[in-house]
Amino acid sequence: MNDAFGHIPSAGLVWAIPGLPLLGFLAIMFGGGRAVSVLGPRAGRRLVGGLATALVAASFVLSVLILGDLVVLDPERRRMVASLLPIGGVTPWIDVGAIHVHYQALIDPLSVVMCLVVTGVGALIHLYATGYMGDDRDYPRFFAYFNLFIAAMLVLVLGESILVMFVGWEGVGLCSYLLISFWYEDADNARAGNKAFIVNRVGDVGFALGIMTILAVFGTLSFHTATGSGFLDMAARKATAHGALTTGTATLIAILLFAGACGKSAQFPLHIWLPDAMAGPTPVSALIHAATMVTAGVVMVTRMSVIFVQAPVVMTVVAVLGLFTALFAATIALTQTDIKKVLAYSTVSQLGFMFLGCGAGAFAAGVFHVTTHAFFKALLFLGAGSVIHGLSGEQDMRRMGGLSRHMRITFATMVAGWAAISGFPALSGFWSKDAILGFGAGVPRIGFILYAVGTITAVLTGLYMTRLMSETFWGGSRLSPGSHPHESPPSMLIPLVVLAILSVCGGWIGTPWANAFERFLETSLPAPQLFTAHEGVPVPLGLAIGALVGVGAMTAGALLYRRDPGAAASERKPGALYAGARNLWYVDACANAVFVRGGGRAAIILWQWVDQGIVDRLVNALAFLTGLTSEIARGFQSGYVRVYVTTMLGGALALLLWSLMTAGVR
Amino acid sequence: MHLPVPTEHYLSLSALLFCIGVAGVVTRRNPILMLMGVEIMLNAANLGFIALGRHFGEVAGQMCAIFVMAIAAGEVAIGLAIIVALFRARETIDVDEVNQLRL
Repeated sequence: MNDAFGHIPSAGLVWAIPGLPLLGFLAIMFGGGRAVSVLGPRAGRRLVGGLATALVAASFVLSVLILGDLVVLDPERRRMVASLLPIGGVTPWIDVGAIHVHYQALIDPLSVVMCLVVTGVGALIHLYATGYMGDDRDYPRFFAYFNLFIAAMLVLVLGESILVMFVGWEGVGLCSYLLISFWYEDADNARAGNKAFIVNRVGDVGFALGIMTILAVFGTLSFHTATGSGFLDMAARKATAHGALTTGTATLIAILLFAGACGKSAQFPLHIWLPDAMAGPTPVSALIHAATMVTAGVVMVTRMSVIFVQAPVVMTVVAVLGLFTALFAATIALTQTDIKKVLAYSTVSQLGFMFLGCGAGAFAAGVFHVTTHAFFKALLFLGAGSVIHGLSGEQDMRRMGGLSRHMRITFATMVAGWAAISGFPALSGFWSKDAILGFGAGVPRIGFILYAVGTITAVLTGLYMTRLMSETFWGGSRLSPGSHPHESPPSMLIPLVVLAILSVCGGWIGTPWANAFERFLETSLPAPQLFTAHEGVPVPLGLAIGALVGVGAMTAGALLYRRDPGAAASERKPGALYAGARNLWYVDACANAVFVRGGGRAAIILWQWVDQGIVDRLVNALAFLTGLTSEIARGFQSGYVRVYVTTMLGGALALLLWSLMTAGVR
Repeated sequence: MHLPVPTEHYLSLSALLFCIGVAGVVTRRNPILMLMGVEIMLNAANLGFIALGRHFGEVAGQMCAIFVMAIAAGEVAIGLAIIVALFRARETIDVDEVNQLRL
């Protein structure tokens, strides 16, 4: 047996990475309320929040341990499986016919990087939430869901087979739903949760069909096995269970899986759920709808990259759709007035960048942007949350302004996030965005268009972020009368500071000269003989253009929006373009008209014509016939003995007559 | 000269008795009289059995008749017991008034 897997001493601890948050979920779900009622609201909440945070932090420590064990191995040995259960070794979950799925985790650079991001950023946001949610009535429920989310997300990134990944995929979808509609008493929040769940189902149909296709084509659902019989191993050899892997088969699988990725990662036209998801508490927006869950699509595409690179058409679709989503969402972000909506469309836009990188074949650059984006977007959302917290719930930027005087630390950290996302030289977003655009330019035939539109989108990114900063922190105060802005408590400021440091320095692991990140990730990516992405722009030129775009957009934005503090300049003279972007380019309105109202009308037709007209009438006719028959039959049951006797006599005579007649015939 | 009675005569008598019995059961409203009708029907059957047993020289006919007599005795015992119980429950034994099983 040719064992392709490496071995690390810490593999026996892998089960605890998702296991600890799951334990936290169970403990808080069933004991959190009691803890609060026994210990009193203050100590009880401190216990619940502290436990939830500590467990996620412990998972982070375990992930670091595994990373430490993994980097010392040879690159081609950095792949192995480990049980997801604390006892019992390799335990089958499904063992039916051709389907063999085990409770197992796949440890390789991609899953470890994602574990670090999820648990690291997750722990910081947990800490932040202990402050932000401090006064909430349903404090234990919040942390139970939060821990469940972390556990599900870790199952998603760690799963050894695509079915285990799907379990995590649906698990995070459930937590997203539960947390968007966390304040369920407001019907709008409940509707936003429904919208997210339903829109995600559309993509999940594609994902589920993709899984079935994989099973049919390869005969297995495991990614990799020690003997090279996992479906990604086969695909890397251009083989299937029944011969060679054709481009057509690869295209079918890739397009189905990409549909799933579009739903989860909010790509056009399935992006409509993400901005509405901001109805949840701000830590939820930061953790689930910016830093981790929405990047699951990028992670999945990267995991499947061996199949994607063999489907050139799908690669082009991914790149073009990603870029279109990036540009489209950036224009909307320029016009929104709700601070969280701006950040939500910014997230959609940045996710588009990630898919552009994947579509260009630069999967490492895509995952690198996932990582840096997790830092700066979590920071921006948490900063926005700090502002909202300081203004007692105000989210409309038209009633902010001049807050830098009141919230100095929040402001300073927000500046770091703003510079990082806008592509200020040497900050994290600069490196990852530059890598994506550079590889985008290297795509044959359409490379130049991808680079040009991508750069325009980068300019728009700088503009809308500068607008957000300008309207929130600079200029005169437009606060509602009677509002007293105040700085947030330390539990919220510490994560902000840590994330600000990461936003500034986090990109240095992936500079074009010393790309430790990409070299580490190599093991999880297609082998060079299968596919190689090219940089279309010389690295120094690309960096120079990136720096110019970053600084230029920030300066231009500052000048544009400073001259006109308060309402944005464009708001004074609404043109057709502005109106279009302000109204979300009418995508939501169209979806509403076609699917919500159209679906409602179709349901009414089905109800009144098909159900009431046909089905109900059939059932009623049957009931009427039964009634009629019994009406006749009950006449015989008179209770009079003589009637029975006469009937019996008549029957006996009839039988006699019949037997005599037939005897005569015989 | 001792001529045997032909079997047809026995069977005719048996059929006549049976019809008398049926008429009694159908027309009477007193269950005691209805039971008497049933007894007549049973005895008509017995007569048929014995006549045909003699006709074919088979002992089985007489055996059946004895069985029927035993069963008839049991039937009458139970029937009269039911009538007594019925009278205690309803203070009447008119079968037209007793047309429901429940009280």
